[in-house]
Amino acid sequence: MQRRRFLQATGSGLLLSALPGLSFARVATDARLVFVILRGGLDGLAAVPPYGDANYARQRGSLALGSPGAANGALDLDGFFGLHPSLTGLHSRFNQNELLVLHAVATPYRERSHFDGQDVLENGGTDAAAFRDGWLNRALAELPRTDDSQLGIALGSTVPLALRGSASVTSWAPSGMPNVNGDTLARIAMLYESDELLSTRLEQGLAADALADSGGMSMSRGRGGRQSLQPLARAAGNFLAAEKGPRIAMLEATGWDTHANQGVATGGLANRLWDLDRSLELLANSLGPIWQNTVVIVATEFGRTVAVNGTRGTDHGTGAAAFLLGGAVNGGRVLSDWPGLAPSQLYQGRDLRPTIDMRQIFKGVLRDHISIAERQLSARVFPGSNGIAARPGLTRNA
Amino acid sequence: METVIAANRFGLGARPGDLPAIGNDYQGWLLAQVDGPAALPRIIADLPPSADVLAEFQSMRQDMMKQRQTAAAADKPSPDVVNKARNILGPAYRDQLMARYTVAAGTEQPFRERLVHFWSNHFAVSADKPTVTALAGGLENEAIRPHVSGYFADMLLAVEQHPAMLLYLDNQASIGPNSKAAQRMQRFGRGRRKADINENLGREILELHTLGVDGGYSQADVTNFSKVLTGWSVGGGPGRLRQGQPGQFVFRSVIHEPGKQTVLGKAYKENGIRQGEAVLHDLARHPATARHLATKLARHFIADEPPATAVDRLASAYLKSDGYLPAVYAALVESPEAWDNILAKYKTPSDFVISSLRALSVTPDQPQQLIGSLMLMGQPGYRPGSPAGWGDTAADWDGADGLMKRIEWATAVGYRAGNFVDPPRLAENVLGSALSEHSGTWIRRAETRAQGLTLLLVSPEFQRR
Repeated sequence: MQRRRFLQATGSGLLLSALPGLSFARVATDARLVFVILRGGLDGLAAVPPYGDANYARQRGSLALGSPGAANGALDLDGFFGLHPSLTGLHSRFNQNELLVLHAVATPYRERSHFDGQDVLENGGTDAAAFRDGWLNRALAELPRTDDSQLGIALGSTVPLALRGSASVTSWAPSGMPNVNGDTLARIAMLYESDELLSTRLEQGLAADALADSGGMSMSRGRGGRQSLQPLARAAGNFLAAEKGPRIAMLEATGWDTHANQGVATGGLANRLWDLDRSLELLANSLGPIWQNTVVIVATEFGRTVAVNGTRGTDHGTGAAAFLLGGAVNGGRVLSDWPGLAPSQLYQGRDLRPTIDMRQIFKGVLRDHISIAERQLSARVFPGSNGIAARPGLTRNA
Repeated sequence: METVIAANRFGLGARPGDLPAIGNDYQGWLLAQVDGPAALPRIIADLPPSADVLAEFQSMRQDMMKQRQTAAAADKPSPDVVNKARNILGPAYRDQLMARYTVAAGTEQPFRERLVHFWSNHFAVSADKPTVTALAGGLENEAIRPHVSGYFADMLLAVEQHPAMLLYLDNQASIGPNSKAAQRMQRFGRGRRKADINENLGREILELHTLGVDGGYSQADVTNFSKVLTGWSVGGGPGRLRQGQPGQFVFRSVIHEPGKQTVLGKAYKENGIRQGEAVLHDLARHPATARHLATKLARHFIADEPPATAVDRLASAYLKSDGYLPAVYAALVESPEAWDNILAKYKTPSDFVISSLRALSVTPDQPQQLIGSLMLMGQPGYRPGSPAGWGDTAADWDGADGLMKRIEWATAVGYRAGNFVDPPRLAENVLGSALSEHSGTWIRRAETRAQGLTLLLVSPEFQRR
């Protein structure tokens, strides 16, 4: 938990000058862009339930959320789509027209491997091997600048693929051991299932930790039940708000691979969504007035199966939900070419069929918010995407 | 399966590409690494010799003592002197540790390097004693490396004459009660402090380095052997101690106990330094020593409870070859018992760190991270805390807290390196046929590369060798 303590100590006025190796330029654009990648495959039907679809409750069974107004029901968006009840912050942004909800979106990737799916989402191509660098980095390279200092920052100890490439970027993470999240511990428990020694030791170690937690010593170990994005989100806002700070930031949140016991209005997924919601609020708050000129893209590598699996969870799917949020977003609506949830309407009989290519969204934001010409986007940022037009009208100034 | 055992149990962990490169001639691959002497790795050869480090430390100590005598009021050494001490010890320790792990992470002779670590632990000194902090790496590099593929007797002599061992086990303070120095001390009225021997080195040589605790020696053997060793000391120092090269081994005849001594039933006539060398020579050829070393080697390379047949075979190879270590290694590698269980040993934290570095094809870049990693998981570098060295069974290392620390460390490594590897493929490349379908599935199912790498590193197969 050293990370959290460090951030509390530095407070919201994070001193950029005190951090070694970071120097930023004044640049042509004042627009800010944040890309939040949700690794593991967010269940879009849980985050953005289409409660108005007659097949939703039937297909989702025990994982279906109630309609707005019901106990623990969804938060209404437009009479057809709702938000998960944990997403109260996003809901009020929606009502202020600062949230655009996207549904049934996907990258061109159609298999179901996390690693490859994330690579495609980040490299901006049509398959995992398409590019060794990322579309955000290639976008950075298109920005006019006054010197060669870094315009991009990854909040984390390494730079994710989307931000890797020829344009110089930086990264920042608080020192100290990272938290081991509950999902990883649960997977390690499965990994040790047939190893008597290691499974016993793991059980003992976790029991000792629980005891230490109950004795108020939870700070001593550096391991929380959850991997919180909040400190990094707040730090991202502080970096972007600095006058000579970076313009583009990237955040990574894990824990979305909900194969078992994902819960409905409460439970594991609800907790992850709550943390995401809080994190985005902290990001908005730490940006201050800059929020008005900010677009946050929240996306995941793929969605999950429509039906519930045998362990009260969902498996890897295809069509997903995504969010655009920020003062610069033309929000207050849901953008979707809804494919429907009837069995015949599903992709390969199991997944939400994707109807919007994520690259249209990325290109729309880069063109209208960051001012990169569509010709450059098709030639150099998403090479070979001539047929994928930038989606117009995503931002207010468009 | 044998190839995996050769790379991961006899070696220090496979790097991607190692398993196919070793192929079917795994025994040949191992034995070629210990066939005769080998040059010191460059980064090791470039380290300053122990003698220089120690001479500098001694001169600093003398300054400190002088200052104490002159400044009557000051009972604390000045900050200058303390800083100087820190500036000598800290960097020397750090550089030695970095060199050790850099070599381990990248070596093409991982079996040879594992043997260096094995013998270094057999002849353990502990850097928590300040005089030894900057010398522990020197003992390994100067006394062990040159003899790791030679005769045990030569390694034994080099170790017992190395300043690190002499200072760690206090032999420079062991004074023969009938030596010239003792007589002088009595004559000049320093009767309050009677000169006498210190048994520390003599006892540990018998108990730990050669015969073993059940090796059949008595208290009288310890006492007599300790008398034989009086005078084995380190050169340099104030006043009468100025004899010898500062920081190097010296035989001080003035503190040597004169006369014949009987050790293990054999009489050794007075012969100065040769008297001790003769005892060590005989100890090295003793059947109890052969059995003790054979047991430790078999425990390290075959199983926590080494099979008696293998121990017998190693001990007999040792005696037949007069303690020529490559002959013993050959008997080890040719022991069928070594090849039946693919994951016979639980890794120590040091093994875990090294094999992780090798799997990722990286070398340590930040000393504080390396030092911190080893400390976090319970095996701080060159600091076993006792002359017995680190334990070599699963029970010594498989505690619950230790496992949680490994999980934390693997998580940190996952975050740092996960984005640059393909965990399922890496698992196959470094674990080969040891990788179970179960672990392979969980690594493949990880939700991020970082998590996949963490799962690979903490998997039952990677935690063992």
